[in-house]
Amino acid sequence: MDVRAQISMVFHLDKCIGCHTCSIACKNIWTDRKGAEYMWWNNVETKPGTGYPTKWENQEVYKGGWEKRNGTIALKGAGKKKGLLNIFHNPNLPVIDDYYEPFTYKYLDLIESPAADDQPTARPVSLITGKPIDIKMGPNWDDDLSGTPDYARQDPNLENLSPAEQEAMFQLERMAFFYLPRICNHCLNPACVASCPSGAIYKRGEDGVVLINQQVCRAWRMCVTACPYKKSYYNWHTGKSEKCILCYPRIEAGYAPACMHSCVGRIRYLGVVLYDADLIEGAASSDTDNLVDNQLNMLLDPFDPRVIQAAKENGVADSTIKAAQYSPVYKFVKQWGLALPLHPEFRTLPMLFYVPPLLPVMASLSEQNTRQGEKMDPIAKFWPDNWLYDTSTEELWGTIDQARFPLKYMANLFAAGDEAKVKAVLKKLMAVRIHRRGVTVGDIPPEKVEQAMREAGLDADTAEEIYKLTSLAKFDERFVIPPAHREQAIEMLEFTGDTKGSVGFGFKEKPQRGL
Amino acid sequence: MDAFFNTLNNFFLIGLPYIALVVFLIGSIRRYTDTKFKFSSLSSQFLEGRQLFWGSVPFHMGMLFLVFGHLTAFLIPRGVLLWNGHPARLILLEVTAFIFGIAVLIGLVNLIYRRITSPRIAVVTSKMDYAILSLLLLQVITGLWVAYSFRWGSSWFASVLTPYLWSIFSLQPDITAVAAMPWVVKLHIVGAYSIVLLIPFSRLVHFLVVPLDYIWRPYQQVIWYWPRKEVRKAWTPWSIKRPLNN
Ligand code: SF4
Ligand code: SF4
Repeated sequence: MDVRAQISMVFHLDKCIGCHTCSIACKNIWTDRKGAEYMWWNNVETKPGTGYPTKWENQEVYKGGWEKRNGTIALKGAGKKKGLLNIFHNPNLPVIDDYYEPFTYKYLDLIESPAADDQPTARPVSLITGKPIDIKMGPNWDDDLSGTPDYARQDPNLENLSPAEQEAMFQLERMAFFYLPRICNHCLNPACVASCPSGAIYKRGEDGVVLINQQVCRAWRMCVTACPYKKSYYNWHTGKSEKCILCYPRIEAGYAPACMHSCVGRIRYLGVVLYDADLIEGAASSDTDNLVDNQLNMLLDPFDPRVIQAAKENGVADSTIKAAQYSPVYKFVKQWGLALPLHPEFRTLPMLFYVPPLLPVMASLSEQNTRQGEKMDPIAKFWPDNWLYDTSTEELWGTIDQARFPLKYMANLFAAGDEAKVKAVLKKLMAVRIHRRGVTVGDIPPEKVEQAMREAGLDADTAEEIYKLTSLAKFDERFVIPPAHREQAIEMLEFTGDTKGSVGFGFKEKPQRGL
Repeated sequence: MDAFFNTLNNFFLIGLPYIALVVFLIGSIRRYTDTKFKFSSLSSQFLEGRQLFWGSVPFHMGMLFLVFGHLTAFLIPRGVLLWNGHPARLILLEVTAFIFGIAVLIGLVNLIYRRITSPRIAVVTSKMDYAILSLLLLQVITGLWVAYSFRWGSSWFASVLTPYLWSIFSLQPDITAVAAMPWVVKLHIVGAYSIVLLIPFSRLVHFLVVPLDYIWRPYQQVIWYWPRKEVRKAWTPWSIKRPLNN
């Protein structure tokens, strides 16, 4: 057992309101620079939709992640052979147009233009060439428009849905969607690290943050191809790749990362998990059916004395072990089994987990819409009560079993296609709701509540705990950040003696291109 | 007049190589140690990928062959002469080298055309990029010219230029033989020195950090800032080792 600590995350999708505050917080701190304008280390996508960069989930095009070949795994579009052979020209590298050409407006024209009959306009100009452009794409071009054919229908996750199911999702009056905020997953088997020919990318042992050493990166640009989540970005100006750094300077100072701190919906949780690094290879190369289970099996019980002992032997600090015991991530992922990794089939063992959304599953039409209701095809659900969200308990799992939002779609996102996994989570979420409704409104008979809880595998105490951490949790409960132990190293990057008598951290070279 | 040419020969064939070597060595080392952040191949594929293929690939492939060819003739001239002992092999070598030379030429022309025509690429092009591209173009044209009109280069390189280059490296420069060479050959030599001279100031530094160690390094890299097996033992001394990533 090789116990290591990982700062891991949970995003509760039912709570995301798609406000993009997280993206802006991140942009303002980290990527508001030349060459980085197009980067959104944190982005929020509307699902179903094509995402950013366009159709990033389609690995037949982008060749990201690992694939299983004769029992072991290999990088799909990079690796030692492909990486070195393609070093002069990487055929699998996305170009800026796959993201979007960054732009601004010539605002000054609004003020400076001479008096005339027409209103002056501010023309959009490219942030690369500075020349006027016609804007064709933006990072959230399909925001909220998931039902429109140009975007939602292009979603790679629709692949194994039947045409009828797809149709049911897209009729405008039945349109259901949810938001998927994404950051780097700080994976346990990171494809970006494995693909970097100069070895510039590494995982920090202490907390598992994956970083690109800007002084070692030589623009071989393989990580951009290799990361299946497209969370490693190439800075065209400095000639270096960059990625989400999980706001490590903030974490080391005890603050939550900017995206999490600012999250309006309070959907984000961050905490330590302990895992067994000996299991990485096995988990990453397991059969598709066992991928999720094996990944979750790697996470260890932080209360188990043997785990604690092994962690101590590996230099994990007491404070970190304690943080792991209070970790909201451990609760959501392991204890309650409510959170799943995004696209486990990419085999990078992502350490950002999602609580799949129940609301789009429950969404239904109200009675007033009967005329439209008659036009619906049978796969679409129609509820004869007056609730927009069905909370009737006649048949407990009616909404889930015959979800209007096909579970297959959700399973393609969070469980490598295994509907049962998603269903189990949704049932738990539903059971907690039924339980709380029993407590607060009291219009559900106790037997019904009990039956729901039993079938979902929950007890009243757990449901209460889930409810509290989901709805009422304060800052300290959502973000349990272990101390960075500065007595050992400043900023975890530099030896204390190096920076004694100087100011700031890091190096002080102007981020310009070449010499 | 003779004195004038003598001075020129002395400067370009003795002075320049030493200047170039010293600048290259000191410059590259300093650039590596002091301005690591600016040490990059500065790839522009992200802004334009399609045209790049027809430039970068033939250029690099050709360059690899030609650089290794020149290096072989410099390091083991006897081997080259031995190989060239048979006319068929000589012609095979010359023709292959010429084809790779053409590849470099085609690649370079494409690269230059791309730099000039693509507005996005223009943004990331520096004066040094143009200087390097022009020098390389001059170099490959003179190279092809020499190969075509003064046959067979691979043989006389080994017998004339190799001794000259060795004399430079052994600090006893002897230019009697090269001084009598046609001016195109001299131009090719001077071009080579100029490129070496400019390496530390341009993107060419990237060839110094070709990531061959990727072949044997493990795929995953985890770095601890303190020795993790020791850090919790009370008797471990306070480490004064620099952290590994810095
Ligand atoms: S999400 Fe991508 S960039 Fe982040 S660690 Fe995983 S492979 Fe690397
Ligand atoms: S700030 Fe929070 S609620 Fe808003 S889009 Fe981001 S993740 Fe969703």
